[in-house]
Amino acid sequence: MTFAAALTVLLLLGGVIVALLEGSWPAFAKFGFGFLVTESWNPVTEQFGALSPIAGTLITSFIAMLIGVPISIGIAIFLTEICPIWLRRPIGIAIELLAGIPSIIYGIWGLFVFAPVMQRHVQPFLINAFSGVPVLENLFAGPPYGIGILTASLILAIMVLPFITAVTRDVFETVPPVLKEAAYGLGCTKWEVIRNVMLPYTRVGVVGGVMLGLGRALGETMAVTFVIGNAHKIHASVLGPGTTISATIANEFTEAVGDIYTASLVALGLILFVITFIVLAAARLMLLRMNVKGA
Amino acid sequence: MDLYTRRRLRSRAVVILSIGAALFGLTWLVLIVGTLFFEGFGGLSLRVFTEMTPPPGADGGLRNAIIGSLIMTSIAVLFGTPIGILAGTYLAEYGRATKLSMVVRFINDVLLSAPSIVIGLFVYEVMVISMGHFSAWAGAAALAIIVIPVVLRTTEDMLNLVPNGLREAATALGAPRYFVIRRVAYRAARNGVLTGILLAIARISGETAPLLFTALNNQFYSTDLNAPMANLPVVIFQFALSPYEDWRALAWAGALIITLAILALNIGARALAGRQTSK
Repeated sequence: MTFAAALTVLLLLGGVIVALLEGSWPAFAKFGFGFLVTESWNPVTEQFGALSPIAGTLITSFIAMLIGVPISIGIAIFLTEICPIWLRRPIGIAIELLAGIPSIIYGIWGLFVFAPVMQRHVQPFLINAFSGVPVLENLFAGPPYGIGILTASLILAIMVLPFITAVTRDVFETVPPVLKEAAYGLGCTKWEVIRNVMLPYTRVGVVGGVMLGLGRALGETMAVTFVIGNAHKIHASVLGPGTTISATIANEFTEAVGDIYTASLVALGLILFVITFIVLAAARLMLLRMNVKGA
Repeated sequence: MDLYTRRRLRSRAVVILSIGAALFGLTWLVLIVGTLFFEGFGGLSLRVFTEMTPPPGADGGLRNAIIGSLIMTSIAVLFGTPIGILAGTYLAEYGRATKLSMVVRFINDVLLSAPSIVIGLFVYEVMVISMGHFSAWAGAAALAIIVIPVVLRTTEDMLNLVPNGLREAATALGAPRYFVIRRVAYRAARNGVLTGILLAIARISGETAPLLFTALNNQFYSTDLNAPMANLPVVIFQFALSPYEDWRALAWAGALIITLAILALNIGARALAGRQTSK
């Protein structure tokens, strides 16, 4: 019986893949490989292409990582090296509680609290600060909507913090104290110990933790749906509205009429599953090498 | 500036940056929970628990949504937990180092963080299409699939913490394998496994994406498991995105309820786990 239960897990994965393949087949049959590289998404003419949701997913996750990773590693360093021991547990738990807050809460908080702040203060500031600077000028162009790619990325960055922090802290704790003590004994400063002893020792694990966070960011749905703007268009500016795979599915699935429309949305789901599967599998393999369980 | 001062200053800078990062992380927690209290507390009254979701412009509460969420969560836990515990038992007790266990462990870890909206699509394809309509069963099934990996993982971890000496002692007394597992290993790991279940409940009670096109939503009170059922996350989603003030107020109240429940579950789970391992 326990054996059967263990097999259920494998069956679930197989079932997910088979069901999604079957459901998305009409879309792949009709649009072929072009589905992946077409930007147009038009329910009226039944022309569907996955390019802008895929691009939106990758861009938001990339920006989220850019911001989230250094901060997470900073928190992990704080928790393992700097924080007084009696404060470690409470702060660790507080950060982990951040992971417990459901994504829909991040969503409405992002829409009603964060987006207005972005619109009134942050985005006008960015537009002004970078106007006249080549490249950056285009990246931060356009009217400040409040919602959009950048806002979604920032919310994602906050959401992945606890996941990356938890794993990074755990791998930092696997560094043998002897190594650190030896380095301190040679007269290294705290930063030099972190930079030259801890980070090289835990590199694979830290990268694994980052990939785990990336997997979360790629698949995050509700928080993004609230603040991304849901436009099937690729903007040059990160202030513009966009969409992601998961936001598209969440917004349109129940309203999709016609087999091709539904199948295209399921195909999006399949693409998302494949992307996250690869990222998560890579993360787990790296963490396996470090022998760390992670969040 | 000599080399020594420069090294010390650089180190000092990193320490300050790390402290800043930790404060940054904590700030969001305070900001989000603070906003929830500020916006949600006003809308929180007895009416929220006793009245149904209203049409726009009318008074109402979230009773049907809260009950719907409780029903679906219970069913999901009822079905997901045994599978998770049994599979975890297999990994920890019977097939510790077999090839199959390695694969199952790996796949389970991937499923643990797989996007929940994909789970929703899967259940839609398998259950909603074949049944021909949205239903509470489908919603509960999607949630159960999310429960399994969480419970499996904690069960395995907790059983691995049980000292082998205990198992050997019981076996030496002549106890058969299943007896050792049930009466010795389970008993020693009980708090830990309960922790896992609590964490799983916390995880699914906020899940919105997998319910969007499985349980859908229902404006009315319904306990029919074959019909669409109201649930708190989807109601929050719809009400928050609506243009009506009173709906938004209810959404905030619902958000506060869910968050408080989840934070309580998380803290409870940690307290329980702390008793087990005192780590």
